[in-house]
Amino acid sequence: MADKIFRVNMTDLTTSVEEVPADWAGHGGRGLTSTIVAAEVPPTCHPLGPNNKLVFAPGLLSGTAAANSGRLSCGAKSPLTGTIKEANAGGTSAQLLAKAGCKALIIEGQPKDDNWYSLHITPGNITLNKEEEVVGKGNFDVVETLTERLGKPMGIITIGPAGEMKMAAANVSVKDPDGKIRSCGRGGLGAVMGSKRVKFISVDSMDGKVEIADPDKFREANKTFAKALVDHPVSQALGTYGTNVLVNIINESGGLPTRNFSSGQFEGHEEISGETMHDLIKERGGRVKHNCHKGCVIQCSQVFNDAKKKYKTSGFEYESIWALGADCAVDNLDHIAEADHLLDDIGIDSIETAVAIGVAMEAGVLEFGDGEGLVRILREEVAKGTPLGRIIGAGAATVGRAYGVTRVPVVKNQAIPAYDPRAIKGIGITYATSTQGADHTMGYTIATNVLGVGGSVDPLSKEGQVELSRNLQIATAAIDSTGMCLFIAFAALDDTTCLPALIDLINARFGISLTGDDVVSLGKYILKTEHDFNTAAGFTKEDDRLPEFFSLEPVAPHNVVWDFEGEEIDTFWDF
Amino acid sequence: MKITVKLFAFFRQDRFKEEERRYPDTTTVTDVIQGLGIAVDEVGVTMINSRHCALDSSLKAGDVLAIFPVIGGG
Ligand code: SF4
Repeated sequence: MADKIFRVNMTDLTTSVEEVPADWAGHGGRGLTSTIVAAEVPPTCHPLGPNNKLVFAPGLLSGTAAANSGRLSCGAKSPLTGTIKEANAGGTSAQLLAKAGCKALIIEGQPKDDNWYSLHITPGNITLNKEEEVVGKGNFDVVETLTERLGKPMGIITIGPAGEMKMAAANVSVKDPDGKIRSCGRGGLGAVMGSKRVKFISVDSMDGKVEIADPDKFREANKTFAKALVDHPVSQALGTYGTNVLVNIINESGGLPTRNFSSGQFEGHEEISGETMHDLIKERGGRVKHNCHKGCVIQCSQVFNDAKKKYKTSGFEYESIWALGADCAVDNLDHIAEADHLLDDIGIDSIETAVAIGVAMEAGVLEFGDGEGLVRILREEVAKGTPLGRIIGAGAATVGRAYGVTRVPVVKNQAIPAYDPRAIKGIGITYATSTQGADHTMGYTIATNVLGVGGSVDPLSKEGQVELSRNLQIATAAIDSTGMCLFIAFAALDDTTCLPALIDLINARFGISLTGDDVVSLGKYILKTEHDFNTAAGFTKEDDRLPEFFSLEPVAPHNVVWDFEGEEIDTFWDF
Repeated sequence: MKITVKLFAFFRQDRFKEEERRYPDTTTVTDVIQGLGIAVDEVGVTMINSRHCALDSSLKAGDVLAIFPVIGGG
């Protein structure tokens, strides 16, 4: 299938399939969603109003046999941060969209009535239908009901109750190969989908295939690329312990935010660690290794069963476990798994929501450590949209404001994830300067600050952190355009065959001749495009700052504060 | 001297999670690793008292040494 742009106008309920404009042809994934949002969305628009647009784009290599290439990017102006936003997830839809010839799907406008709609994509075609049956349902029920209705396995992109209620932390949820959920989690893109009144998108690629310009070269490059991934020791650890292997090392380094960022170590770390989880999974007949899409050779995901050996959750990630665990001082992995399952079903960001609950704990809404209370709040308040549930669903900053809390870990209103910026300073630069609010994945300095991958930069010193974060943010923006899962970066940082093979894959797919320098330029272009959008939306360098409490309150065990001056942070943009 | 040694991920298999152990006064991080039968090239990160350290760092009484294989996530 030749690539096309699929467009839906929800105001007049029309659809079209358009040629790809020349400027967009070289883009995919995040590069494409950000290019389209920057070109077509007025930066000052209300994120939930008719002028915002929700854009989906598979990566440049999605739908091909390239290892780990099945990530789906989703972009818009974020209702949580007010900045441009891209969030990506695995699941089956990126590959199916690419095979159906959908380079990007743009959902614009807003219906004037209260009806809900669904979209159905097949090769070269998109239809819009009224939807009633699955409205109000949780994600697992949506996937099950639709799988039965559609009669064959298809890609499903959906919102849960959080998205329907337009909560600022709502996910866009993507069905995985087992009918479970992966999430475009950060920044409330599910609320944008809800504001368009689109409950779900189904994708049937039928016999569609992605065209490869040079199949032989592609096959060769993929062999080298997959080998670099499989051989890297980090990949092997990810397959065994999942990302949750990080709990113990981040705790040991003193950077594990605990009790709403009041300490850097959690006494219950061992109970919630990757090692404990691995043993529990084995004991309960779950699956240690699992992939979020076909073609992943790293398999960091897993299937976690409850004490009765019944499925409880999958894709049980470090950041979710940290947020529900250490940040809320909950040391019971079963409570955390129950909460993770509920978050998937409600369709709401596990980081934002759990950090919001941590702030609520600080305010005395419930006690730190109360895992059962946390689960109850998700089930009884957030899922049902009670006033408390809506305050939590609006994110950590909103909870802080509602309850008068000063220790509110957010940048541009987005919750800071699992690494304390006082004790791991590089990641603080990423939180401050990211075009999308606090987000570790934008420039994962943890690799070099803590894990010793891609060199080493002392986490407690200011030296070298701005440059480290800048280089990683540029590289990440480019990788996010390929459809690759970010965990290829560990091999890319250490193994000299990995990145050239990735570039060869792109060249063989499109019949072009990109160089390493072109890839760096692409990354820079994406960051600048996003930054320009934010500037036009009213953001200034004063927004590139961490909350005040980080410079006032030393964090144990190193008893360090955040000590970067504004001018030092601003040098980030000198490129 | 007494050193507390902590092991992580698959280094724990057939060894231990955390143990207080006795070593001669001039022990280095590498000595401890080799003494435990761990291949040095499998070691990703070592920390003494929660600070990253080099493999040839010397230990002193009461130190807590954490030894990790090459791991990642995010
Ligand atoms: S490594 Fe994990 S996140 Fe990445 S593609 Fe595989 S299962 Fe998905």
